[in-house]
Amino acid sequence: MNHVSMARRVTAHAQWELKLLIRNGEQLLLTFVIPVVLLLALGFTKLSTQSIDAAVPTVFAVSILATCFTSLAIGTGFERRSGALRFLGTTPLSRLDLIFGKLIATGLLTLSSIIAVAITGTFLDWRPSASGLALALIIGVLSATVWVSWALVIAGYFRAEAVLAIANGLFLVLMIFGGVVIATSRMPNLLAHMVDLLPSAAMANGLRDALQLNSVPVFALIVLAVWALIGIWMAKRVFRWEP
Amino acid sequence: MGSHALAYAQTVAAVEIRDLVVRYGSLTAVDGLSFEAPAGCITALLGPNGAGKSSTIEVACGLRPATSGQVRLLGRDPLDPVVRAQLGVMLQTGGLFPTARPLEWLTYLAKLYPNPADPADLLDAVGIDPGLRTQTRRLSGGEQQRVKLAAALLPQPQILFLDEPTAGLDALARRNLLDLLRKQRDLGKAIVLTTHVLPDVEDLADSIWVMSDGRIIMQGTLAELTGSSQAISFTGPMHLAIAGLMQALPEGYEASETQPGKYVVTGSPTPQVMATIASWCAQHGVMVSELGVGSRTLEQLLIETSKEGNR
Repeated sequence: MNHVSMARRVTAHAQWELKLLIRNGEQLLLTFVIPVVLLLALGFTKLSTQSIDAAVPTVFAVSILATCFTSLAIGTGFERRSGALRFLGTTPLSRLDLIFGKLIATGLLTLSSIIAVAITGTFLDWRPSASGLALALIIGVLSATVWVSWALVIAGYFRAEAVLAIANGLFLVLMIFGGVVIATSRMPNLLAHMVDLLPSAAMANGLRDALQLNSVPVFALIVLAVWALIGIWMAKRVFRWEP
Repeated sequence: MGSHALAYAQTVAAVEIRDLVVRYGSLTAVDGLSFEAPAGCITALLGPNGAGKSSTIEVACGLRPATSGQVRLLGRDPLDPVVRAQLGVMLQTGGLFPTARPLEWLTYLAKLYPNPADPADLLDAVGIDPGLRTQTRRLSGGEQQRVKLAAALLPQPQILFLDEPTAGLDALARRNLLDLLRKQRDLGKAIVLTTHVLPDVEDLADSIWVMSDGRIIMQGTLAELTGSSQAISFTGPMHLAIAGLMQALPEGYEASETQPGKYVVTGSPTPQVMATIASWCAQHGVMVSELGVGSRTLEQLLIETSKEGNR
């Protein structure tokens, strides 16, 4: 045997990523504590006028954004700075292997975050339909792809400190003004049309349409697909192993 | 690696670089460099800071694309998966996962290679306790260096690239590392070393390549480069009357004071000539502090070449 197959390399890397992610306390806060607390706040205090049926998909969107974008970008940015990624660039792990490995690890972590939110939701009388869940899964996977690719673009291009600022800044801005917590349906028309083109709004609206209305959010799927394609293309172009 | 590939590795240089050019914008870091490192040899790549050593190594390891020129490892492209499985690299910056423990890091890396060494045995060999629970970022510089060495040896590679491997090591750890590298050479591995620690080169290198301004300006064995095949040097009081020494020496030998107190006798070093120099000094009451073959040390050579490079 001359070399290890790509499937085994990707699996090894995904396991490695998960091992390090689960060990990181800050990570667990972003992935589990913040979404669950947010849902409890929305559910119990009626901070918003949203029903639990709208609140759960909103918090799903927050979970995906936090894990697939913010924490992935920050973690990768610091791995790059430490030179760990530079060294991996000399091993049989290719760029594509690294990206797939991160995608799988982040996907599994996101899925467990979603499950934690969903279980919390059922205690608050959230009752989704099976077809709505299936649709939401498709939107979730596509959204995760968008955020992972853009996290890698940012982490692979900027200095670690800048990545920290950008990833946290965008998380707050997109969550509040990007159509996640404040749905674009509550925004002025012209603004809403612009924000609808953001992947955050497409993700949140898509999840709400699927789970609340049980309808296929065609526009959101198209917006997400375009962002994913651009993100993957950009990540392949700009991602650097070097510190 | 199959027997065919091994036979091939022995017929061509394990590392072969032809007319390499690396540019960063308008800056030319490597300017038409050709270099080779055979299997079973320790090859040192030397030169002043900014000579282009790191850029060369980075291209050879597949970390950076060449602007032009050709790099072949084991006769193949550096990005070929078969080649990458046969490559061990110790980088000067990076190579550790700060939050991981040494054994975890090596255990993960082992999964990427077809024929890895046992991670725990390897840590033992470099003097790190495999059971260590400390995160790598909390290890001392020398300990981190040893974990990096273990990571480079882990693939049991045909080619080893080592950038400043002894940096931060204490005397004992350094000696262990040099022993490990000699063993790797004897196993037929091609080892490429860049370093500023010249005693390491003098102790280890079979072949020395000196870079300046992105090019190779000198290449040879230590004896060839320091001229030890045609000269004897000694150190003593300044301004000796060496005309008298010339008379005492056999025909064809020339003596000169190259720097105040530094003398070089050109010609083939023989035991008789050494004895002649020593007895001439004794007759004239001259205390010699160093007497040896070679007209200059590796250090002098590099200082001279880097001065020339700056002109």
